[in-house]
Amino acid sequence: MVTSSQHISQQFEKELQDVRSRVLAMGGLLEQQVSNALEALMTGNTELARLAIDTDKEVNSLEMSIDEECIQIIALRQPTAGDLRLVTGILKTITDLERIGDEATSIAKMALNLSEKDRPKKNYRELQSLGNHVCTMLRDALDAFARFDVDQALKVASENQYIDAEYESIVRQLITYMMEDPRAITRVIDMIWSARSLERIADHAHNVCKHIIYLVEGKDVRHLSIEKMEKMLNRPR
Amino acid sequence: MEAVNPEQAPAARKIDIESLQRGPKLNMANETICLEVKDFNLFYGEKQALHGIDIKIAKNRVTAFIGPSGCGKSTLLRCFNRMNDLIDTVRIEGDMRLEGNDINAQSVNVADLRRQVGMVFQKPNPFPKSIYENVAYGLRIQGVNDRATLDKVVESSLKGAALWDEVKDRLNESAMGLSGGQQQRLVIARAIAIEPEVLLLDEPASALDPLSTLKIEELIYELKDKYTIVIVTHNMQQAARVSDYTAFMYMGKLIEFGATDELFTNPTKKQTEDYITGRYG
Repeated sequence: MVTSSQHISQQFEKELQDVRSRVLAMGGLLEQQVSNALEALMTGNTELARLAIDTDKEVNSLEMSIDEECIQIIALRQPTAGDLRLVTGILKTITDLERIGDEATSIAKMALNLSEKDRPKKNYRELQSLGNHVCTMLRDALDAFARFDVDQALKVASENQYIDAEYESIVRQLITYMMEDPRAITRVIDMIWSARSLERIADHAHNVCKHIIYLVEGKDVRHLSIEKMEKMLNRPR
Repeated sequence: MEAVNPEQAPAARKIDIESLQRGPKLNMANETICLEVKDFNLFYGEKQALHGIDIKIAKNRVTAFIGPSGCGKSTLLRCFNRMNDLIDTVRIEGDMRLEGNDINAQSVNVADLRRQVGMVFQKPNPFPKSIYENVAYGLRIQGVNDRATLDKVVESSLKGAALWDEVKDRLNESAMGLSGGQQQRLVIARAIAIEPEVLLLDEPASALDPLSTLKIEELIYELKDKYTIVIVTHNMQQAARVSDYTAFMYMGKLIEFGATDELFTNPTKKQTEDYITGRYG
């Protein structure tokens, strides 16, 4: 339960609001980074790829400064109950967000690699739909965080199974390409890595959803299937 | 470092997974009940101070009462050894039992009850006597005057209260010369000298500096092996640190009771959440 009432200490209230809004800013930065990396992959735009790679430094430094802020709150305020769960939930969330940044960076690097090679006829469209789904999932997860919306978090978490299925089907398709034309192997391997990174981003967004559920409801839903999560939260389909 | 044999994988270290798991969580269902309160009301004249309190206190555990000033936590604590008998206007209803025996029965000898249920107050209140006589006092009024017995009890009680090493060379000096923290531990030694079953601590560390407070908290942790401890404190972090179970009271009512780690991480009532996180009610 995260209550809406105000702290008696305005300063503490401000600190919690501040750290929360910085997580949201970090999320916004990541949305842009992932979308730039994906766009670079699709279009071969090297400028966008370099922009996505550079963004990673800002993401990393934001992670460290939010981390420090949380540790200070724990040391100086000794938060309890919902406040404690908010702070620890944020600590875990930003770890996942930072990893999303790493994956986006590696997609951008693949985009740079691929930009030096001949572009295939399909122009990497295989990855476009997966990429769009992952971007949507990330945005929805960050939305759920902004509003501390457990229902939305559950919904977004359940999306992950479709992403996994889509990823597997892309990998199967790409393996066929390699068998048909061994000269394409180096290029296709880069595509597989990119697909893998997109799938990992969805996994991290999925984790963020679980952190949201923990910080709002105080229930640890990690390592549970969607059905078990819904049961634990008393939300039958 | 040993040379790596490429032919053979290194033997994995055996890790006892069981030992890494946290022990089972505290659960009242597994506890022996020491004190039991049922539908308990208390009135100061016309004014009702406690409303329908239902609570069980587990044996050999530390139970903390928290809540804002005037919520009734000290009043409830004082009922456990009938300290409220001393106030003429107090009237009580309901049931309160120590190990199954009605505390408020006519037949109960209040002095005996208070021997079983000892109490330590906010301000250390040593008697203006020597350190030794302070601890021996309870036994002397019970008629024990044998020097060897008294010596033994004084020593074990002072050790039990983690004070022995600091005072063993000056047992005959006045207790009034001790520091506040030492005086409070002396008072605890005096309370445990007569081997009570329950120790009631009413804000035992609120008049002490942080280090003395830590010593008292450490002592509480050690004492629970032998005694059931009920502590009232305004310091929520202290309640979180020392207690196994916590009861949150508000305006004379018991709002929430549960295992301390649960109550401080995920309380079920909004009033509890607001209080422990420091919000407006």
